[in-house]
Amino acid sequence: MESMRVQDVTPNDLPWKIRYDAHRCTLCGSCVAACSFRAIESKVEQRRLIFSEGEFPEPKARFSAVPVIRQVKSFKNYCRGCGICEKICPNDAIAPVRNPDSRHPIITRCLGGDSIKRGGRKNLESTVRTLDKLRVGRISQMTDPSLDAQRHTFDMLAPFGRILPPQKLPMGVGPDGLLQATGTTPPVNWVYPVIIGDMSIGALSWRMWEAVAMAVAYLNEECGLPVRMCSGEGGVPVRLLKSKYLKYMILQIASGHFGWNRIAKAMPHMVEDPAGILIKIGQGAKPGDGGLLMAQKVAEHIMAIRGVPKTDLLSPPNHQGLYSIEESVQKMFLSFNAAFKFRVPVAIKVAASATSVSVYNNLVRDPYNIVGGLFLDGIDGGTGAAHEVSLDHTGHPIVSKLRDCYLAATAQGRQGQIPLWAAGGLGKTGDLAADAFKMMCLGANGVFTGKLILQMAGCVGNDQGRCNACNTGLCPVGITTQEPPLVRRLDPEKVAQNIVNYFLAMDTEFKKLMAPIGNSSLPIGRADALVATDQAVADKLQIQYVC
Amino acid sequence: MCRIGAIKSLNYVHPSMALQLMQSQQKGHDNSGFAMVMHDLGGIFEKYKHLPTLSMAASDEGVRQAEDILHQAGFQRVLQWVPETDNRPGLDINAMPNYVFETFDYPKSYRNAEQKVKEDLLLDMRLKLRDALEANEEGFVYSFWPDVVTLKEIGNPRDIGTYFRLWEPDSTFTAKVITTQCRQNTNYDIVRYAAHPFHLQGYTALANGENTFYLKNVEFQRKLHRGYIGFESDSQCFLYSLHYVHRELGWPLRYFKDVVTPLPFAEIEKRDNAQQLKAIRQSLGHLEINGPNTIIGVLPDNTLFTCCDAKKLRPIVIGRTADTVVLSSEVCGINEVLPDRDWETDIYPHEREMIAIDDNLEVQRWNQ
Ligand code: SF4
Ligand code: SF4
Repeated sequence: MESMRVQDVTPNDLPWKIRYDAHRCTLCGSCVAACSFRAIESKVEQRRLIFSEGEFPEPKARFSAVPVIRQVKSFKNYCRGCGICEKICPNDAIAPVRNPDSRHPIITRCLGGDSIKRGGRKNLESTVRTLDKLRVGRISQMTDPSLDAQRHTFDMLAPFGRILPPQKLPMGVGPDGLLQATGTTPPVNWVYPVIIGDMSIGALSWRMWEAVAMAVAYLNEECGLPVRMCSGEGGVPVRLLKSKYLKYMILQIASGHFGWNRIAKAMPHMVEDPAGILIKIGQGAKPGDGGLLMAQKVAEHIMAIRGVPKTDLLSPPNHQGLYSIEESVQKMFLSFNAAFKFRVPVAIKVAASATSVSVYNNLVRDPYNIVGGLFLDGIDGGTGAAHEVSLDHTGHPIVSKLRDCYLAATAQGRQGQIPLWAAGGLGKTGDLAADAFKMMCLGANGVFTGKLILQMAGCVGNDQGRCNACNTGLCPVGITTQEPPLVRRLDPEKVAQNIVNYFLAMDTEFKKLMAPIGNSSLPIGRADALVATDQAVADKLQIQYVC
Repeated sequence: MCRIGAIKSLNYVHPSMALQLMQSQQKGHDNSGFAMVMHDLGGIFEKYKHLPTLSMAASDEGVRQAEDILHQAGFQRVLQWVPETDNRPGLDINAMPNYVFETFDYPKSYRNAEQKVKEDLLLDMRLKLRDALEANEEGFVYSFWPDVVTLKEIGNPRDIGTYFRLWEPDSTFTAKVITTQCRQNTNYDIVRYAAHPFHLQGYTALANGENTFYLKNVEFQRKLHRGYIGFESDSQCFLYSLHYVHRELGWPLRYFKDVVTPLPFAEIEKRDNAQQLKAIRQSLGHLEINGPNTIIGVLPDNTLFTCCDAKKLRPIVIGRTADTVVLSSEVCGINEVLPDRDWETDIYPHEREMIAIDDNLEVQRWNQ
């Protein structure tokens, strides 16, 4: 008999166990071939059959070697529960099962001696979401009749750019008694209130990134929805920079400045201005941490776009040289506005934090009128790669922080001057329209979303520890990988179609929410339209408590 | 639903005409009050057009306090008119002990001051009076402005008319512009301040409808101007937006419409003045209104105007004769007071229109 070694890793220690039915398995090998994590393998098992052939019991034993599929007992190549094997198995012979007794977080640290890294999102179990404790509870009836979501027209656009206070508008009454411009105002682009938020061309596979870009172009050109997409840090293909579709792109610059060399070089050849510039200071999923692209994902084209060798690409946690909010404002002013001759609005993105209101207050007082938006990213946001401890334990929920910022602006009479865009777990239940709408009632001008876009494309990850392997470069559905065989699993046209359809559905749902409160334009700051079923939430957000 | 009405005439008219205008529409309101603001005063006030008149309802103590405050500030009373009341039993009126209309001369140090300085003083005085009297509910200060009087009371409009003897026309209490409404605000507590029309520095506004962007408006207006207070009714927001756009920003009246009901973005892009319209919509987005509304307003130069919300509309009709223009929620009100007019010239404004009537009763129509 084999002796038992306690320290050996067994499936029992891992987050997922494979349920395998040898009777149904035809040994076609599809699952083993499909598992990008090499978490299953074919093995030969010894079987012993006791049988008796005569009239009287005459037990004999027969040994046979049987090929089977088995789970790999490794804390590295462990099953992620992605379900690809189950999807591909023609006989329903294999599937992952969540292991509630997993010791994985402990053994990985013990055996690896390094912090755990992964992608995805926060995986700590949470209670009912704040947004699900809010309802659109002020319904128009009688004196203020509801609108008709099908028949009426709705004006659903959100500002990206700095908005001047009315008394500062450079306008005067001309000789004809009409208002005339007496100066210029900062650039403002009015866009769809849901921005596809910043996922880089390194974090995503080229097919996925192109699929999103394709969906955005289609939404604009064919559906009349002015949806914008943010490039993420890491540049943009030169072909796109020089095309007319650049106008649908918000270019991101983050602390690593990856990709900006190419963008700068392409400037003289641009036929359209980009929709905006987003300077990423921080990110909700891993606040205080810079971008991280593991070497596995630095493929040829990434090396070309970013101008880097194949190595782990780490963006520093800070923009070097930015030591204060004022300085960051200056820097934006000097570099980006000037670069695009003040035609392109510039906004900044920060991780929601206990200090967000101070940051916002400093920005709204910016004397240059240059900050064109504050993108606040909450703890439930996603990321391509991060240390698990950051993902699970750092960050700030978005709902109350967004509200705090709006109320801070309101207290100064400056609401709307720096548009607020919110993100971080919005659409987690699959219903982005409801989440976005509630955030707008609380004061957001719009929202941005990334993870949900991946889910539209087929991402199987969730916040209960399923998959979340975006950092490995082995994304089983071809979304966050640069491995050609995996990338080919993704059909970009189908992905684009899914995204377009989701936006169309969401657009209808926005109307279905605006109609009953009787509003034909977005209800920014209309907290009176919301009620809360939780007293503490109601108090914190300053809305009505109901039960 | 409220009913609102307004009269602008070349001649001085008595409030009985306003009562008649509203009487025939009483099915549409709940007869819970009567309020009116009169501009361009005739009768006993005609000689004092340049001096501010205080309109107030108060207890004896309230009157005393108010007069003390004004005297301390150097104002000198030049005229007092206390309406004779008919206190017969059975009237449905929740009357205050005193209704005071007093005209004052400016403090000496202000007599040669610039107009703007005087106007700020008058506003500050009214806010001070309101504040002082509010504490113990000693009184309600409706307006303190030259050539303007305000009357607001809770009760049945017919009985309020009887109480103030407003059914009997006379020549002492008249005006060329009267705006009126017969319902206390039902969405909020019944307080006298909540009844429109509302007045601020020569501007008057009243509205029929419900402003669902009330909270947005209020949160923004609170920080815009010290005079934007109270917010007892969502319709006050219209007054403050009007005051802000026309007086504080100094923009022509037609832009009030672009502020409260901006064109859709797609429409703005097609306009020659897209740049201005977009800037207005951007910077004044928090003054946009939503929900069904019809607004009637008066400017300091006594121009009377009306406009509606951008979608659902509350009705408004404009009927005219050679010497009088009447605005009314329902045409039956106009039929009552201008029975012989040519009804074919009646105007039914549309949702993108702004209609203004100047001192010559010329009607201007602007399409947004
Ligand atoms: S669930 Fe995914 S990771 Fe697990 S064995 Fe199947 S294919 Fe591999
Ligand atoms: S399916 Fe791909 S994108 Fe989704 S969690 Fe897994 S690795 Fe990440």
